[in-house]
Amino acid sequence: MSAALAGAAPAAVTEEERAARFEELLGEGGTVEPRDWMPDGYRRMLLRQIAQHAHSEIIGMQPEGAWLTRAPSLHRKSVLIAKVQDEAGHGLYLYSAAETLGVDRAELLDALHQGKQRYAATFNHPALTWADTGAIAWLTDGAAVINQAPLCRTSYGPYARAMLRVCQEEAFHVRQGYDMMRALCEGTPEQRQMAQDAVDRWWLPAVALMFGPPDTVAGGADERTAALGAAVSRRAMAWGIKHHTNDELRQRFVDQCVPQAERLGLTLPDPNIRWNEERGHYDFGPIDWEVYRGALGDDSACARQRLAHRTAAHEDGAWVREAAAAHAAREHARTAGDARTPETAPDAAHTTEPAT
Amino acid sequence: MSRTTSRTTEGAPASWEVFLRPRRGLAHQHVGSVRAGDPDTALSYARDLYTRRGEPLSLWVVRSDAVHAASPDEHDPFFAHARHKPYRYPEQFAPLTGDSDAEGSDDDA
Repeated sequence: MSAALAGAAPAAVTEEERAARFEELLGEGGTVEPRDWMPDGYRRMLLRQIAQHAHSEIIGMQPEGAWLTRAPSLHRKSVLIAKVQDEAGHGLYLYSAAETLGVDRAELLDALHQGKQRYAATFNHPALTWADTGAIAWLTDGAAVINQAPLCRTSYGPYARAMLRVCQEEAFHVRQGYDMMRALCEGTPEQRQMAQDAVDRWWLPAVALMFGPPDTVAGGADERTAALGAAVSRRAMAWGIKHHTNDELRQRFVDQCVPQAERLGLTLPDPNIRWNEERGHYDFGPIDWEVYRGALGDDSACARQRLAHRTAAHEDGAWVREAAAAHAAREHARTAGDARTPETAPDAAHTTEPAT
Repeated sequence: MSRTTSRTTEGAPASWEVFLRPRRGLAHQHVGSVRAGDPDTALSYARDLYTRRGEPLSLWVVRSDAVHAASPDEHDPFFAHARHKPYRYPEQFAPLTGDSDAEGSDDDA
């Protein structure tokens, strides 16, 4: 009955028709999947964003990871291990999503190690005390959640699905960070001071760097940055990769943190923070982007240390990868021709069933 | 899932698609991928990555290059058999509950 259809040659589809279909899909709020046609610019923007996001997750393990051996109790240590392990996992979810765009994660790691791809400069700050691990989780993970919650609806399916998993876990990160700050704030005057110092260090990096450059308004010297940022954000929003401007999300973050800081009895290091009845938002001080960029170049001491640590970990792990490859090659040779036929899965699937 | 992994280099890390049964009674769902040289390592990585919380689950890993795929964009006529067949849906027919307000009477052709 359908022989005529099945036998018909696929109608030639022009590039314009594909582009129109792509735009139509986005217009309907549809999701783009790996095998769909997509414009090169869309693929490039996604790859850049997902790779930078993945790199930020694994570099972000470092400031907190440095405190694993010095956690004040077994409970806090277990929590911090789980948290840092999650960050590694988030990186892997994202490398997996990036690979659906036709790259290999080894290429992405090389690009990170060679400084060709970037990560969030937030993590180029040192975690000087135990309280910094709390401030990082409360503030930078809190900022990440605000960034990432809308990304669960980003137009590229694999990225959106990775973000769903990430967001479920980030909620734990923020809560445990806030809980750690609360414990310090209810402690001795020294502990309260340690918490305040950590917030003084991590507030601006979270506000400024976790949301990217300004992309709506900025005065004076930052006008050009804001114009550039606005152009990129418009493109990303037209493609449904993001749904809000950087500045909109930044405001949302400030609005969320001010009452939380008040409950903790901590002062956010910005004298300009005050409720603006008219706007229905908290005002906050302008960020001096020029100064920030100068102070936080890729060649700052901490940035070099982060990348050197990452590269060393990769190189020191080479023997593990080689051993795993040798093991796999030997196993393959041993079982060649010896077809594995698991009962619960198709031939090619390898499976584990916990109850057996 | 379009991958270019070569099957010729056994032992070299390959991409493996990971399928997870989130709960008893549900089908396995695709959750992402890992890279590993052999199935056992792929399973351990998949366990570490996708089952850090919750009850013990069932996992499958399948080499990405073992997945053969088709999608409408590439094979339009391949999927055409489902189109223009309103009669495959129950609401196209007279309702079983009395009132004759025929939902299925409108001709969808």
